[in-house]
Amino acid sequence: MDFISILSIFVMACFVGYYVVWSVTPALHTPLMAVTNAISSVIVVGALISGATAGSDWARWLGLGAVVLASVNIFGGFAVTERMLAMYKKKERKS
Amino acid sequence: MIHAAPPAWSLLAYLISGICFILALRGLSSPATSRTGNRLGMFGMALAVITTLLLRAPVPEGAFLPDPSPEDVKTLLMIMGAIALGGAIGLVTARRIQMTDMPQLVAAFHSLVGLAAVLVGWAAYLNPEAFGIVGADGAINPVSRLEMGLGIAIGAITFSGSVIAFLKLAGKMSGAPIMLPMRHVINLGILAAIIGLTGYFMLDQSLWVIAVVTALAFLIGFLLIIPIGGADMPVVVSMLNSYSGWAAAAMGFTLHNTAMIITGALVGSSGAILSYIMCKAMNRSFISVIAGGFGAESGGAAAAKTDRPWKRGSAEDAAFLLGEAEQVIIIPGYGMAVAQAQHVLREMADKLKEKGVRVKYAIHPVAGRMPGHMNVLLAEANVPYEDVFELEDINSEFAQTDVAFIIGANDVVNPAAKTDKSSPIYGMPVFDVDKAKTIMFIKRSMGGVGYAGVDNDVFYMDQTMMLLADAKKMVEEIVKALQH
Repeated sequence: MDFISILSIFVMACFVGYYVVWSVTPALHTPLMAVTNAISSVIVVGALISGATAGSDWARWLGLGAVVLASVNIFGGFAVTERMLAMYKKKERKS
Repeated sequence: MIHAAPPAWSLLAYLISGICFILALRGLSSPATSRTGNRLGMFGMALAVITTLLLRAPVPEGAFLPDPSPEDVKTLLMIMGAIALGGAIGLVTARRIQMTDMPQLVAAFHSLVGLAAVLVGWAAYLNPEAFGIVGADGAINPVSRLEMGLGIAIGAITFSGSVIAFLKLAGKMSGAPIMLPMRHVINLGILAAIIGLTGYFMLDQSLWVIAVVTALAFLIGFLLIIPIGGADMPVVVSMLNSYSGWAAAAMGFTLHNTAMIITGALVGSSGAILSYIMCKAMNRSFISVIAGGFGAESGGAAAAKTDRPWKRGSAEDAAFLLGEAEQVIIIPGYGMAVAQAQHVLREMADKLKEKGVRVKYAIHPVAGRMPGHMNVLLAEANVPYEDVFELEDINSEFAQTDVAFIIGANDVVNPAAKTDKSSPIYGMPVFDVDKAKTIMFIKRSMGGVGYAGVDNDVFYMDQTMMLLADAKKMVEEIVKALQH
């Protein structure tokens, strides 16, 4: 992909993000932060590539280190979001 | 490694995971759809990881399934090990964490994204062939170098900034602003050096350039956050959230990866919007928050004024008035979180409802230490979602309210924000509690002031009853008194 197509995707995604985030209810702003945290760990893709590719030992170890860090975030971020959202759910059933 | 263009199915898979992430955020528009959204987010992440791993597995000519060599298997096992290790730490943390400690946890998670971005950026620098960013001349493409440099710099700022935010939020470091002399000059100088060197990195890909950029970025993240006080933490946490997104996006540019770019843009805008909402709720400009130092003069000036007359109430007095009321509005703040008083508060509300009292909760956008902090705590205590109101939806109701019950909040009910032009919180939208018939103010002692360091006229109003005690203990006593 050339730079301009990538830039187009990026700019469009910024607009999508803008409108989607404004529609998030303020009561769920904390889960929003937790889940954005989890998804920004998609950086794990880059970590996996360098962890799996031969060529430089340093790069591989850095990649594996990044895989560990990003995994903490992915599992922790989604799990804690799920935990919070379950609390909102619980009351709905009650009332 | 041969670098043909990635196969079309993988590009499609990354696009789908990007869409899943958009839907994950979209789901948060209501509690009813939020869990489906979160599941979609998990699916998108799994898809991105599996796609990446499959892309790495060499498929022999003509075969459908990959044919891994022992070396490949060893690599795969190491990666699985890394995921399992990180995943276990993440899951245990997520399960054990107290809801009141959520701001620290989020700050800690931000720091990990930042550090991961730095590591990936360095890995890409050391082994550019792996990422297919080497030009015909054998050097890394200049544009890729720029993206890489930006990714590393933003990642490093996110990391060190989040570490400081974490230490402040967790109380492991004083929440008071730490002011260095000449800090604006130093910060601007370092920032200029980072930008200049990142630009120079496009001309010269020497190790020292990127090493200096990394070191300076770590340093400035640290310097930027230490002068920011506790009350501004919601803005800082949101801002670091935004940075972690931009770091991921910059890495996505380097890797030409759609999922990373879409996610980075989403997270970046999300954090930016939250910062904007928080700043607006405090009537402060983003620049003044970043410049720091808010609340640095707290203490002395305000404590001197507390010799004005005020009334102290007991739990029994409070219980009596609450029981007789038609409508009570509860205003929780950070103090409620610190005292862990949310559960007993809900118990009190239940007792009042049994007596036919209407109970509502009013939440200020900056209550607590991160956006939505109070909502999560109330949700944890099983407070019905419909009882919780935002500032603009409930503010007109105070005139018809018998008791405004303030627990652990202070600056968000300070009328000085409306009347006193010289006050540091002037212009901040606040609750009109002074219109309520009775105000109950739970506070540990009369000495302390809010985080903005200003005295609060509400303490001395005729209709105000000060309930001086630990928030949890006081509410427990009120609950006991209500039972009679």
